[in-house]
Amino acid sequence: MSTARSKPAAKRKAATKSSNAAKRKAKASAARRPGATNQPKREPLVKVRNLKMHFPVTEGVFVPKVVAHVKAVDGVSFDIMKGETLGLVGESGCGKTTTGRCILQLEKVTEGDIIYDEVNLTTLDTKSMRPLRQRIQVIFQDPYSSLNPRMKIGEIISEPMMVHNTEPDQEARDKRVSELLTVCGLNPKFADRYPHEMSGGQRQRVGIARALSVKPEFIICDEAVSALDVSIQAQVINLLEDLRDEYNLTYLFIAHDLSVVRHLCHRVAVMYLGNMVELAECDELYDNPVHPYTQALLAAVPIPDPTVEGKRKHQIIKGEIPSPINPPSGCVFHPRCPIAVAECKKDVPEFREIRPGHWAACSQI
Amino acid sequence: MPKLLEIEGLKTQFYTSAGTVKAVDGITYDVNAGETVAIVGESGCGKSVSAMSILRLIPDPPGKIVEGSINFQGQDLLQLTEDEMRDIRGKDIGMVFQEPMTSLNPVLTIGRQLTETLEEHLGIVGETAHARSIELLGLVGISEPDRRLVQYPHHLSGGMRQRVMIAMALACEPKLIIADEPTTALDVTIQAQILELMKELTRRLGVALIVITHNLGVVARYADRVNVMYAGKIIESGTAEDIYHNPRHPYTLALLKSVPRMDLPRQAKLDPVEGQPPDLTRLDDGCAFRPRCRFAVKKCEQKFPPLEKIKGPHVAACWEKEKVAKSARTIPTSKTKRMRKAS
Repeated sequence: MSTARSKPAAKRKAATKSSNAAKRKAKASAARRPGATNQPKREPLVKVRNLKMHFPVTEGVFVPKVVAHVKAVDGVSFDIMKGETLGLVGESGCGKTTTGRCILQLEKVTEGDIIYDEVNLTTLDTKSMRPLRQRIQVIFQDPYSSLNPRMKIGEIISEPMMVHNTEPDQEARDKRVSELLTVCGLNPKFADRYPHEMSGGQRQRVGIARALSVKPEFIICDEAVSALDVSIQAQVINLLEDLRDEYNLTYLFIAHDLSVVRHLCHRVAVMYLGNMVELAECDELYDNPVHPYTQALLAAVPIPDPTVEGKRKHQIIKGEIPSPINPPSGCVFHPRCPIAVAECKKDVPEFREIRPGHWAACSQI
Repeated sequence: MPKLLEIEGLKTQFYTSAGTVKAVDGITYDVNAGETVAIVGESGCGKSVSAMSILRLIPDPPGKIVEGSINFQGQDLLQLTEDEMRDIRGKDIGMVFQEPMTSLNPVLTIGRQLTETLEEHLGIVGETAHARSIELLGLVGISEPDRRLVQYPHHLSGGMRQRVMIAMALACEPKLIIADEPTTALDVTIQAQILELMKELTRRLGVALIVITHNLGVVARYADRVNVMYAGKIIESGTAEDIYHNPRHPYTLALLKSVPRMDLPRQAKLDPVEGQPPDLTRLDDGCAFRPRCRFAVKKCEQKFPPLEKIKGPHVAACWEKEKVAKSARTIPTSKTKRMRKAS
């Protein structure tokens, strides 16, 4: 596995930067064509089953007493295929970030299984989890707080290699750092700089280089481009795409920007208040959304074209997101739902396959 | 029709240890009564500073408005005394800030914060002020206004707080509201609610609105006119249709091309603006966008292009406008979508 992945790196070094970019471009556009070779396989890499993450709410200073639970994630099941980019969208507080953190085992899950390549992560202890952490990496949202301000960029990028002992030799590590910086579109000289000397977009590239340093196969991008300006955002999106095609990466792309998710993902899952409400192939979800929440979410995104906007009907859903401490009974979306009926207050809708590959949790469709 | 607000040659600079930052570098634009004008640009382009300059809220030191005039209803705001300016802030010009979490006072009730404005500017107190506050909260779509008045900001969600901010901005029936990234901190469904509310209220009450944003979609949905800023200057200005369908500045074109569009077939690749925004302490006489510009020529180094008229209110500052116009035809539109579908 590792030899296969180090090959393109060696090739890239030999090639000049510009011809390399052209090559990458050609490769990327080939990947978009239906039937191209590196389409996602129908073989799950990650299986999440009935995942629940409830955080206790305590009261009392000396003898804390659990008075309630925040049901951040409340029974979510999905697969992530090898080589696939799965988008996870939803509004703040819907549990999308918590789902990512659970897969990373940064939270001790309340219930459910996370099976990564035949291994159930929830049963592992810290020590046996460590070798797997090399294969699962994460890119965080805020490029300002996710880099240690006291470490040089070179140290930041080489730290994972030291932790996992993938490059025990200092010289090889330094070489790999400058290689990674080049791959991520940064000058190798940046290795001697500190994070505060860089802009937001450059820092996010450092975060990506750090995630790539241990040659992972699966990367969780938690709002990885949300904090960036439009022009810089497009640069980073293209970089993520190029890397995916070059190293056959699998992404879980957590974001709230629906147009970015549509651009980047193969399949998209929509979450609302700790539950998954819809999951489908990207084009299918955006062209034929069936769940009323997905429809509302898509209608709420303004389109950068005044003519299109002028003609569009703006159906706006009323109300706000309820508290996950005490979510509504039955279907959690029913208080805001335009098509809710009496049963929705009682019955929890089943997350079912309404069309091949298109899953939704709504009793009215 | 006389203009409500006319800004001419406004320059705001910050004097820092790293040098003089020309945050706003000679901008000129106007706002008609009841009109919605958007200022678009990326972080650090001076869009917020230009709005703060209108209200003279630039911290001095390190900042200073060094040149220009801001003509509001026939008087130059820059010539007013601090006391006279206080009368205008919140009364004739309302303000909605980006962060509803930090722009409300956490130790005062919602009711107190609303009545404070009424008391200060209109001398309304007691029962009348209370009644007006309830009316205002109702106007911005807050349920149970009675109960909300005695609550504190932390009791409310982000969307609710932004509604309160809008109610405060509307309290004294201003002629103009400046909204600085009013929905950036909010979720999409809540963003849609707030924008719809602001649009509806400004139309109904005839309030002019300056909305500052980086979201091109928000601009397309709500603005009558658009000013695009880059490195402290307005580089293109026109109606929303001009800017979106017929851009003449390479930066505007690049911005439009770098956002994925949800209504069009998926692109193979985004077309980003390469490079980084410039350092505002090291600007020269040339065009600030030229290092990132694919149309740059020798002339761009020597002289900043003036804003030249294209058609009607549409102006752009670029030496290579014709080339940009040609290239702009490649912007995908809803028409091309139909064509593609047909083929």
